[in-house]
Amino acid sequence: MTLKRTLVATAVAALAGAAHAQISDGVIRIGVMNDQSGTYADLAGPGSVVAARMAVEDFGAAKKGMKVEILVADHQNKPDVGSNIARQWYDVDKVDAIFDVPTSSVVLAVNEVTKQKNKALIVSTGATSDLTGKACTPNSIHWTYDTWSLANGTGSAIVKTGGDTWFFLTADYAFGHALERDTEAVVLKQGGKVLGKVRHPFPTADFSSFLLQAQASKAKIIGLANAGADTINAIKQGAEFGITRGGQQFAGLLVFLTDVHALGLEKAQGLLLTEAFYWDLNAQTRAWSQRFAKLHKGAMPTMAQAGVYSAVLHYLKAVEALKSDDGPKVIEQMKKMPSEDPVFGKGRVRQDGRHVHNMYLFEVKKPAESKGPWDYYKLRATIPAEQAFRPEKEGGCPLVK
Amino acid sequence: MNGRPQLATRLAAPAAGLRQQRIALAAMVAFFALAPAVIYPVFLMKVMCFALFACAFNLLIGYGGLLSFGHAMFFGGAAYVSAHAAKVWGFPPELAILAATAAAAALGLVTGAIAIRRQGIYFAMITLALAQMVYFFCVQAPFTGGEDGIQAVPRGRLFGIVDLGQTGAIYALVFAVFIGGFLLIYRVIHSPFGQVLKAIRENEPRAVSLGYNADRYKLLAFVLSAALAGLAGGTKALVFQLASLTDVHWTMSGEVVLMTLVGGLGTVFGPVVGALVIVAMANYLAQLGAWVTVVQGLIFAVCVLTFRRGVVGELAHWLRKPL
Amino acid sequence: MTEIFGVPTQALFGQLLIGLINGSFYALLSLGLAVIFGLLNIINFTHGAQYMMGAFCAWFLLNKLGLGYGWALVLAPIAVGAFGVLIERTMLRRLYHLDHLYGLLLTFGLALVIQGLFRHEFGSSGLPYAIPKALEGGTNLGFMYLPNYRAWVVGFSLAVCLATWFVIEKTRLGSYLRAATENPQLVRAFGINVPRMITLTYGFGVGLAALAGVMAAPIYTVSPLMGADLIIVVFAVVVIGGMGSIMGSIVTGFALGLIEGLTKVFYPEASNTVIFIIMAIVLMIRPAGLFGTPR
Repeated sequence: MTLKRTLVATAVAALAGAAHAQISDGVIRIGVMNDQSGTYADLAGPGSVVAARMAVEDFGAAKKGMKVEILVADHQNKPDVGSNIARQWYDVDKVDAIFDVPTSSVVLAVNEVTKQKNKALIVSTGATSDLTGKACTPNSIHWTYDTWSLANGTGSAIVKTGGDTWFFLTADYAFGHALERDTEAVVLKQGGKVLGKVRHPFPTADFSSFLLQAQASKAKIIGLANAGADTINAIKQGAEFGITRGGQQFAGLLVFLTDVHALGLEKAQGLLLTEAFYWDLNAQTRAWSQRFAKLHKGAMPTMAQAGVYSAVLHYLKAVEALKSDDGPKVIEQMKKMPSEDPVFGKGRVRQDGRHVHNMYLFEVKKPAESKGPWDYYKLRATIPAEQAFRPEKEGGCPLVK
Repeated sequence: MNGRPQLATRLAAPAAGLRQQRIALAAMVAFFALAPAVIYPVFLMKVMCFALFACAFNLLIGYGGLLSFGHAMFFGGAAYVSAHAAKVWGFPPELAILAATAAAAALGLVTGAIAIRRQGIYFAMITLALAQMVYFFCVQAPFTGGEDGIQAVPRGRLFGIVDLGQTGAIYALVFAVFIGGFLLIYRVIHSPFGQVLKAIRENEPRAVSLGYNADRYKLLAFVLSAALAGLAGGTKALVFQLASLTDVHWTMSGEVVLMTLVGGLGTVFGPVVGALVIVAMANYLAQLGAWVTVVQGLIFAVCVLTFRRGVVGELAHWLRKPL
Repeated sequence: MTEIFGVPTQALFGQLLIGLINGSFYALLSLGLAVIFGLLNIINFTHGAQYMMGAFCAWFLLNKLGLGYGWALVLAPIAVGAFGVLIERTMLRRLYHLDHLYGLLLTFGLALVIQGLFRHEFGSSGLPYAIPKALEGGTNLGFMYLPNYRAWVVGFSLAVCLATWFVIEKTRLGSYLRAATENPQLVRAFGINVPRMITLTYGFGVGLAALAGVMAAPIYTVSPLMGADLIIVVFAVVVIGGMGSIMGSIVTGFALGLIEGLTKVFYPEASNTVIFIIMAIVLMIRPAGLFGTPR
């Protein structure tokens, strides 16, 4: 009896061992790289690490006998720091896949290193739609959102509701330019007009002279093609200069829940924005978000953090199905399998690496309409998954046949 | 402000201590040749590039007595030139690095001509201002890629033969560049030119009265320092295959000052040790985010208050021989 | 609508007024630097960090102690000034016998430490500080809408700058200070406590930086890095004005604000660089600065 049990146990162990033999060192190492202490620390930062851990737990790695390790690094929003970390992680620390990565310039740098070392990169927070366009590789997936989907969502919705003259306030770097370009295309396509644009240095503390120009243009909508602290400052100082009093409205082209939290409803009310996720959308997102908030100082998750959860979960499922953590093979598997989780519901990854899911147009509530902290958005429209993202053929990705 | 900056350590006569310097040189060469077996080679390459940068900076401050607060413009500017040459113009790596060095030298000539007229604090301020101009130029100019930087720089084939994609090959190149640059600086310091430079640093009016054109010597030192900083920057761009705004930002200028200060201003090997310390610290403390800046600032303060000679300087003082 | 060089006059005046407002910050900050350098020959690289500390002090006073803007205007400069006194007493004093550049390096290191600590504690995204109720709203001037708070900034800065200039150049205390820098031994012989004067002067200069920080808090986000890039510009202002000249810094500060405003209208890409170009030119023609006396 005991001998039989021992034999069975050994056989199971051997089988399990054989399965793990294809997972490098028997450990799946996940690297979460983002800005831990700077401008983007609140919308991703330590929260993304919490989300990643939740995904590993929900996947049940321990029960399945799979060892998963999570490494964390701060890229300080600098491409050289990001590429150094990626290089070191792949070469020395044997990381298998990198997640999150806000800041488009860092995304491109890490993408390059990932391609060279033939590993995997799943971007949840970075915005550049070039990742699924001319910079696409068989080693990367773009999960949560991109500049095209934001421009499409916010831009067309606003023009349709009467905001047909625009003035752009753009952060003078690749991300800002891309956002401005994509939104302008949408506005013009819908029959709107762009009355002017001004580029401001990234980052800028004082928007007074730019706001003055925006006021002088008399455009109905002032499009903020920037993010983070720049958006917050522009809106704050806009209130100071009486922008809304003059009948103009701000359109935040990339706004996160944490930005609205920092601004306060008094200043942010009426702002129109597009996001891929909101904690209060349905019962499933509510339940998941409450769990997240308990682990993250009571702060509700942003779409970036939700994206990390969803991406890590799908990655682990793919590794399990494939029984290997080889970079491009897992990416391929992730594209083959449809994804499902309480955060984004059902979704899939296209050939160009784009994860498609619904996008949502929100309006920020008035202070009287809000029932408590983090109750900030009301849903204005749902953009169905197949329309929310740039058509596959238009991106210029060589992987699309 | 009197014309006698006392920033550099007063060294004993150069002939004495040659044996110690030879030993140190051999130790340094051995370290960088053998260490890649146990230490991550990319880290060592970073150390070597910054060590060369710091040595170039030290040439100006330690031997010329001129504190430049804008040396990042040579390092970073050259990195951009090298990256652009390799990626867009398709230059092979050796020509890309040469182009970078030449560009840095040219920039050094122009900025030096403006800055040399003043001394001390004013000199530092002018170099800072000029570096800021270069920084903002790099932010705006389309070819630098702004915040993205120039990415995916190809390492290419050295002389058309050696594939620098292999770690061993690129390490050998960086090693050669570093040792070459270092020996050049060593030679300059111990040459008649170096002597005159030191004389000018000690007492400029007297040197002038002896018939030396002080401005010309200082300008030459400035250009040399700029060119070697450019050599370091151009090489670094190929190693990391990236040139970004960090390389031209004024905090980079501050870092090279820190490296030289920690290692020992005016010593031959100080900058190398300083670069090793600072790069290692930044690397291993990177996990702690903002603490890196705090520690760097503390080291600065402590060095200035109590440890002015730096690591190598203290060692040299203890041995009573110049290092 | 009339136009000057293709820009409507309305827009032009608006930008000039904005420029004047920014200029008042430059003037206030460079005033502190000029006082410290002019009287003490110390280059205070920590100035930007002390400006930031003033803003954080205001935030702290409001959010932790419930003390508003008015209190902050008085208490923050005193608190940060005291910190400055501590720095001078414990560290800067040891470097007076050395080359001035060591002072620069020390204050540079201190700036890194202070900024790093604040960044560690508060992150980089910044904290909000509301415009005080009494100064909210604004007036429509026709060519632009001028927020009351910004008008206050210009007025108050001008007042502080002129008051400081008056004290240093026209009063007895000021003359003691100026004498003490030129010939400390002699002044000491007259029974005046020179080291204490130096310490207090440093504290005063630092206090001015903190005051600028309090004024900046409502309009610029209170963030640990708010002083880091500003300090370089302020150095340029001080150098152009003449490193020892109080009036030079004030005039240059406001003038720079105006020039920057103009550049933003006609050639915005250069608005960051124009100050350094001017500095390089001035240093080539008049090395001691526009109002400075050669030392």
